[in-house]
Amino acid sequence: MANLKALRIRINSVRSTQKITSAMKLVAASKLRRAQAQMEAARPYAERLAHLLAALAPQVASSPTAPALLVGTRQDRTHLLVAVTAERGLAGAFNANVGRTVRQLKARLEAEGKVVKVATIGRKGRDFLRRDVAGRFAFEVSFAGKKQITFEDAHAISERIGALLAAGEFDVCTLIYNRFVSVISQQTIEVPLIPTPIPAEAAAGSGPRAVYEFEPEEETLLAALLPQYLATQIYRALIESAAGEQGAR
Amino acid sequence: MPLALELISPERLLLAKPVEMVVIPAAEGELGVLPGHAPMIVALKGGLIRIFEHGQETAPFFVTSGFAEITPERCSILATEAIAREALKKSEAEARLAAAKNAWEAVDKNDPFARDQAMAAIATAETMLRLAAG
Repeated sequence: MANLKALRIRINSVRSTQKITSAMKLVAASKLRRAQAQMEAARPYAERLAHLLAALAPQVASSPTAPALLVGTRQDRTHLLVAVTAERGLAGAFNANVGRTVRQLKARLEAEGKVVKVATIGRKGRDFLRRDVAGRFAFEVSFAGKKQITFEDAHAISERIGALLAAGEFDVCTLIYNRFVSVISQQTIEVPLIPTPIPAEAAAGSGPRAVYEFEPEEETLLAALLPQYLATQIYRALIESAAGEQGAR
Repeated sequence: MPLALELISPERLLLAKPVEMVVIPAAEGELGVLPGHAPMIVALKGGLIRIFEHGQETAPFFVTSGFAEITPERCSILATEAIAREALKKSEAEARLAAAKNAWEAVDKNDPFARDQAMAAIATAETMLRLAAG
């Protein structure tokens, strides 16, 4: 039977845990605001770039020499799954959701006879998936100790993905991350990266599409634009995930 | 009628205002854009974005590379990196040039796209250094 002393100790313990979690909440709230501002700021570039790609890609997609980033290898044998998670835990089901989605996707693809490789961004994802994909990590990136993610970080990751594609290491690439829906909710989504889905233009209300002149010609332009588009998508995933992580706390 | 100029980097919107003319460093030569320009999508090389409003030139920006979308009403510049000209630093430009030259040594000269990119990086760093010095 709990005596008075044991009860006191218990009360104290709950109180100090409460102090820690409420302090974490406060910190998360201010980090969340910063992350949200970063998300907002990145939107115009992403929108415009998607618009350019939509104007450009249809003219090149059918060409036999279309860049690999756009059309992939035209095969569907090896899949690369890129999972974006947080560096730290204590964020509810935030990291586990991504891990579980990757696991399910991997099981489904393997049931179809495909080879699955995994890359992780964030320490938690690597720890979660370590046993499932032992020895088949394409690469792992960790931003531990980094205060704010920059576009440079995303660009470096997109270059690694591009190099793996050029080396024939995979045919199809999918990004899995927690999309920031609102302050209190995140949604784990799968985004196809390669082959690049051509962004659908908001057809309604935009009227007839302007006919552009291109300089240099379409294929050269697209070859420069696609890596940038890939980096933009990864950047978006990184900052949405960072905002979602703080929201989940 | 003015031209709506937008200068956007991947991380944020740097500038959005109506201007009279903008001169952009297109990959195939400088391009002056006035209102009513034919619709175009161009790649950019390292160089200065020069902005003209109220009959005179205002503070220019240096961009490393990127794209511009031009319509009769609008000019949107998507710069990979954009730095105000006054903020250019000689030491940074030198470091960048050294890095670009190292990258050139490492590049596969049989891959035309990678080769062109490495060459463009050197040219960009050289332009940056020239602007930072002068």
